[in-house]
Amino acid sequence: MYKIIQKEILNPTVTSMHIEAPAVATKAQPGQFIILRVDEEGERIPLTIADADPQAGTVRIIFQTVGATTWKLAQKKAGEFISDFAGPLGNATYTNGLKKVAVVGGGVGCAIAYPVAKKLHRLGCEVHTVCGFRSKDNVILDEEMQAISVKHILCTDDGSAGQKGVVTDALKDLFDSGEKYDRVFTAGPLVMMKFVCRLTEVYHQRTIVSMNPIMIDGTGMCGGCRLTVGGATCFACVDGPDFDGHLVDFNEMLTRNAVYKDFERHAYEKTCNLFKEADANG
Amino acid sequence: MAEQKNLKNPMPVRAPQERIADFEEVALGYTREMAVAEANRCLNCKNAPCVKSCPVNIDIPNFIGKIAAGDTEGAYHILSQQSSLPAVCGRVCTQETQCESTCTRGIKGEPVAIGRLERYAADCHLAGGAESPRKSQPNGHKVAVVGSGPSGLSCAGELARRGYAVTVFEALHKAGGVLVYGIPEFRLPKKIVESELETLKQMGVQFMTNTIIGKTFTIDELIHDEAYEAVFIGSGAGLPRFSGIPGEGLCGVYSANEFLTRTNLMKAYQPDSATPIRTAKRVAVIGGGNVAMDAARVAKRLGAQEVTIVYRRSEAELPARKEEYENAIEEGIQFRFLTAPLEILSDEKGFARGFLCEKMTLGAPDASGRRRPVPVENSDFIVDTDCVIVAIGTSPNPLITSTTDGIITNRKGGIETDENGMTSRPGIFAGGDAVTGAATVILAMSAGKKAAAAIDKYLQDKK
Ligand SMILES: Cc1cc2nc3c(=O)[nH]c(=O)nc-3n(C[C@H](O)[C@H](O)[C@H](O)COP(=O)(O)OP(=O)(O)OC[C@H]3O[C@@H](n4cnc5c(N)ncnc54)[C@H](O)[C@@H]3O)c2cc1C
Ligand SMILES: Cc1cc2nc3c(=O)[nH]c(=O)nc-3n(C[C@H](O)[C@H](O)[C@H](O)COP(=O)(O)OP(=O)(O)OC[C@H]3O[C@@H](n4cnc5c(N)ncnc54)[C@H](O)[C@@H]3O)c2cc1C
Ligand code: SF4
Ligand code: SF4
Ligand code: FES
Repeated sequence: MYKIIQKEILNPTVTSMHIEAPAVATKAQPGQFIILRVDEEGERIPLTIADADPQAGTVRIIFQTVGATTWKLAQKKAGEFISDFAGPLGNATYTNGLKKVAVVGGGVGCAIAYPVAKKLHRLGCEVHTVCGFRSKDNVILDEEMQAISVKHILCTDDGSAGQKGVVTDALKDLFDSGEKYDRVFTAGPLVMMKFVCRLTEVYHQRTIVSMNPIMIDGTGMCGGCRLTVGGATCFACVDGPDFDGHLVDFNEMLTRNAVYKDFERHAYEKTCNLFKEADANG
Repeated sequence: MAEQKNLKNPMPVRAPQERIADFEEVALGYTREMAVAEANRCLNCKNAPCVKSCPVNIDIPNFIGKIAAGDTEGAYHILSQQSSLPAVCGRVCTQETQCESTCTRGIKGEPVAIGRLERYAADCHLAGGAESPRKSQPNGHKVAVVGSGPSGLSCAGELARRGYAVTVFEALHKAGGVLVYGIPEFRLPKKIVESELETLKQMGVQFMTNTIIGKTFTIDELIHDEAYEAVFIGSGAGLPRFSGIPGEGLCGVYSANEFLTRTNLMKAYQPDSATPIRTAKRVAVIGGGNVAMDAARVAKRLGAQEVTIVYRRSEAELPARKEEYENAIEEGIQFRFLTAPLEILSDEKGFARGFLCEKMTLGAPDASGRRRPVPVENSDFIVDTDCVIVAIGTSPNPLITSTTDGIITNRKGGIETDENGMTSRPGIFAGGDAVTGAATVILAMSAGKKAAAAIDKYLQDKK
């Protein structure tokens, strides 16, 4: 059992938690993730390590409620326990020798991008960040991102915070103003990453994407997380989650990630209804 | 029963129509009468060839003799001298190529049903409310075991018996290895694996689940920071192979491991499971081993109307256990032999809708001694399917070897060991599928057991 030490609600659908997991905290590197189960009957889901404190023995996760498991997790309170928390999994993001980078995050993808951006900043790299959200209410980690960036651009689809528009617009502006980067990092919805890659291809900027396919074990055993990169089959959990964005077959990923949509909608509604009933009954 | 001396007493099984509707065990086990009748078929051979062809050398004539005399606990006691998982081996051992293959009875008829009798004795023991095993006197030494499959469990059990403090590290949330995530409930009920694990816990073995060696801790950290004096690697061969044909990235294409893990470990077949599995109407399984049979039979139980196994060689080369092949046929699984897939075809939404195959014929024997399949020209045809399961094999996972310096592996990724199971690094041992590549439960167990003896000797000599 793993204890929830601290819980914060970042916005109506995004929650941050610090989980007690000393072994994971000692080893965690930016770019890596954990797999958790909320309870004994639960599904295994992967979440990025947003931060880790080896002294306190805690690992921070930031997650969006999208389905049954993230919903159940969001209901848990500080002081309560979850049944499983395994990691750190995947490879650490490669940061050696980078002098200047752009980090592009979309939605909860900013939680995936943040630890990498923070590490690069700490290593003395010049970090430019572009963070996109649907609207003001969805914004997360804005102050944190700002604190580590030489340039920071916040954008929202509706213009309710920062500049109006999508991240690719802001990134294009940076390129057009003459900015050049050793590396562009991006994390967020697949479609967003796909368009970021299209853009950076035009500007010849090497781009690393953090891929989030559906996973089960996270150790290379099921092959469910496979994707095609440069024509070869890779497993995101052991070969990734970072890949060269210009080589990833995004269209294949987009169809594969939707495979359980109907099932998940159903599981989500069922779980929510159960919780609502429980709430109604006191 | 007894007049049919040349044939095994048949195993009572549930009717195919009944069993494909659920995940309950297919084989019901012998009754007392059947077991005694079968035990009486044993000739108690003086040289007992059967014992030599059991990888852990169970004293077969003696345990069978106890069953014939009605002493099932005595039989269990003999089994447990050599095996830490008799209820498992009795069910899933490939007896036809091991103990039963050399049985004297088999010369003129069918061999003694050694596996079925083993299962009978182990089940009687479990049903009788097994008494707790004694904890051995601690000897003050600490050993780490990586992986909780049959090799790790047998190594842990043997070491605990000798008084070692043993911790088993397991990457998944549940211990048992392939016994829990791979082999389906209807062949090996998970409560049996659990009771075997319980026995080990009572002997003092500690289990650390959710711990990935190579990630959470490296082997070197176990040795230097955690003061383990020796390490046994039993991490299996879990990395699924894909064939590389076009279309393997489509929706509805699974590795057998994913398909079986979703159903066995995550219980996706239960209506209230949180883990999804797509229920397909027409399922095709590529491969011909036990794994392919299991995947096909699971698909059937999940409600598929048509399940086809596609295998590139002929029936004679099928590597699966005969009993499981027969069970699959009874359950309505179809077989297309001498057929090789060329491409998985997509519908407009990116889901598999069928696959393109070609006919094969058998040519000259290849390196493995089996006749090599060669394509028949212009023999392409399409098999309609909405789900494809790839069961063409697995290899050892590089997670440990890539994070531990100085462990030599072979071309196929298997860890190299000497005859005692020691790797190229003193104090680090390995066994089971991690060494041999995908093999069998009993070979993995035997490797774990041998390594335990070698670890014991290594640590005693060091003093
Ligand atoms: C390496 C990795 C790191 C991740 N890090 C984070 C993170 O830091 N924060 C966070 O909020 N999420 C992260 N995710 C995504 C997260 O795992 C999924 O949101 C979660 O599994 C959904 O579970 P659920 O049961 O609540 O929803 P489900 O009911 O399983 O799914 C709800 C919806 O989300 C989609 N979905 C399911 N799994 C994924 C997935 N892996 N990626 C994208 N969409 C998916 C489904 O198609 C469905 O539409 C990460 C995923 C991976 C693979
Ligand atoms: C579907 C299926 C059906 C089968 N049917 C039969 C049968 O009928 N009869 C038979 O004899 N054999 C059968 N086999 C083969 C048999 O199950 C294996 O040969 C046997 O389980 C190998 O045992 P093992 O201990 O080497 O490894 P495994 O059983 O594979 O166990 C390895 C364990 O190590 C864990 N692990 C891996 N890496 C790490 C790490 N880095 N850190 C921590 N833990 C780790 C894994 O999660 C796993 O739990 C079957 C196999 C499959 C897949
Ligand atoms: S352990 Fe397996 S091979 Fe040995 S006697 Fe039992 S069934 Fe036969
Ligand atoms: S070889 Fe067969 S008949 Fe002889 S002792 Fe073994 S089981 Fe009995
Ligand atoms: S999650 Fe199973 S292989 Fe990657």
